[in-house]
Amino acid sequence: MLTYTIRRLILSVPTLLFISLVIFLLLELAPGDPMAQVPLTVPLEVKQQMREALGVGQPVWVAFPKWLYQFFVVEPQVLFDVVFSTNFSEGKARMISWQSRSPIMDIVAERIPQTLWVVGVAYIVAILMALPIGIYSAYRQYSVFDQAGTFVTMIGFSVPPFFSGVLVIVIFSVQLGWFPSIYDTTHRVVDWDTFVVQLQQMIMPVMVLALQITSQLSRFMRASMLDNLGQDYVRTARAKGLPERSVVLVHVLRNSLIPVVTVIALGVPAIFGGAIITEQVFKVNGIGQLLITAIQGNDLPMVQTLTFIFAVLIVLFNLIADVLYGILDPRIRYD
Amino acid sequence: MTDASKPMTDPPSEPAPSRGQWADVWDQFKVHRGAFWGMVVFGTILFLIVVGPFIYWNDPQAVPTGRDFLNLRDMRPIYVLLWDSGAKVNWLYPLGTDNLGRDTLGRLLLGGRVSIAVGITAMLLSLFLGTFIGVLAGYFRRLDGVLMRLTNLFLALPLLPLLLVAVLLFRDPLSKGFGPEGGTFILIVTLVGVTSWMQTARIVRGDVLALKEREFVLAARSIGTSPTQMILRHILPNVLSPIMVSATLGIATAIITESALSFLGFGFPPDFPTWGKLLFDAVDRMALYPERVLWPGLLISLTVLAVNYVGDGLRDALDPRIRGR
Repeated sequence: MLTYTIRRLILSVPTLLFISLVIFLLLELAPGDPMAQVPLTVPLEVKQQMREALGVGQPVWVAFPKWLYQFFVVEPQVLFDVVFSTNFSEGKARMISWQSRSPIMDIVAERIPQTLWVVGVAYIVAILMALPIGIYSAYRQYSVFDQAGTFVTMIGFSVPPFFSGVLVIVIFSVQLGWFPSIYDTTHRVVDWDTFVVQLQQMIMPVMVLALQITSQLSRFMRASMLDNLGQDYVRTARAKGLPERSVVLVHVLRNSLIPVVTVIALGVPAIFGGAIITEQVFKVNGIGQLLITAIQGNDLPMVQTLTFIFAVLIVLFNLIADVLYGILDPRIRYD
Repeated sequence: MTDASKPMTDPPSEPAPSRGQWADVWDQFKVHRGAFWGMVVFGTILFLIVVGPFIYWNDPQAVPTGRDFLNLRDMRPIYVLLWDSGAKVNWLYPLGTDNLGRDTLGRLLLGGRVSIAVGITAMLLSLFLGTFIGVLAGYFRRLDGVLMRLTNLFLALPLLPLLLVAVLLFRDPLSKGFGPEGGTFILIVTLVGVTSWMQTARIVRGDVLALKEREFVLAARSIGTSPTQMILRHILPNVLSPIMVSATLGIATAIITESALSFLGFGFPPDFPTWGKLLFDAVDRMALYPERVLWPGLLISLTVLAVNYVGDGLRDALDPRIRGR
């Protein structure tokens, strides 16, 4: 298992390098000039110097290794410095955003908590809802609950978040006025009242994301349970007189959870992608919203870094899913 | 395919001489209630958006000028009269008008044409790519490693961010070449197609790998069938069922992706309606005119729901292990 993990980790390095090169080359084609906003009174040669200072127009074989060095060497050093108050990164050039002229990773670090908070809570809520729904639907297949559950999950599966988000805003903030339609990230929780406000503003984005994830997970959970409920070991467990509760919730559930856990792991990066839309609907200034503004503002280093972070997440969670599968299911053996 | 097989469902009293595979599939499909109604709903929507603009009396692109502009803009749907008798309505504009006085129902019909055209074209492209790569990878062992590496690489790409970036990059050059609408259409169809073929390729490859070991392939090879003939005559017809299921699900994905792009402001030009675009344009005024958000969103969701149900039913119907249960 360990050798497999190490081999996969090593194999993921060329994958990530290739992906970063693809993103880099794609962005090389981008039109637009970071100096477009600079007033016309600034002389041309000064503008040219400003461009050079930002590293615009360097050939790919200079710019790409430089970017890699900054991403993989300088930025971790900065992180290390911040955590342990050392100064390894002193005097080294960091990745600079064209829009705000501040280090990209500082902005990302500012934005990540909001995204993680909304997305993470949504994911946990979704798992907590999906598992019981999937288990019960499978146990009582074709019952009223199962039919209703399948229908609701099909709806959750089909309604895109940009509609469900807008719909809940129209219903709950415009018509009923229960929740605010905009997520206020400057809000601090200090006492009970502010906690209630935080809860109110989180309910809608979390539920919109959770509905989507729940639908996918509970469909999967149901299918996995159904596969296992028909197995011989279930009949054996019942025949030896085990209570129904422990047959279903111990024997069947543990075996059915194996593929579901890997699906949960695989879904994490997709959720970051899906959260781009949800963040846009509820105006959460998280990482997705940062990406949109960066694309609109032609901030290529920012776009490059964020896209690559998403790619790293995907590769990482693919790896985690495969390793988890091997650990949880002793029948799976990677050579 | 379902329409073509309709006449094949003979009444059971007749001694049916021979029943084709598709008759069995249709029988199983009919029984799946969700799939049947999904097909009815999708068929109705298709019929409405294809025929609707010819019958409907208002020009969706016409912007009234002068006094008409003030009279015709921001009209509410006629059903608003049920709870608000003072609402500004006109029976000639059943779903009201937008803030420029353009007819909402007409724009919904026209937008549906674009959305579903994008969905179907992108699905065809992704299906073609997926089948092509899947068959090549499954049939030719030498290509398998490279092509599957490529597929896995595409699966590891963060697609939504890259789609947004690519729209930004290629919108202007394509708009110059094919006009703003045509350029965006080509761009979005290509992008959605190029980023959604991977699942089809994987499924097709798996099926081709299994088919290759079957006796009929050996028999065909022994009479000297060339690889091209083999793929076209023997392999492809046998992987048709997973391809059809991916096709229905592909329409749903493509419609959602197009709407998401339009919703984020990276889609078609402003005066060109698609469902996602209409939804996006209406978000700013949704407190006053919720119907402008609801109808396009409802239509997107209904179409995707219907298509997903059809895909579900098709999967059950095409699986011979489930069929007849």
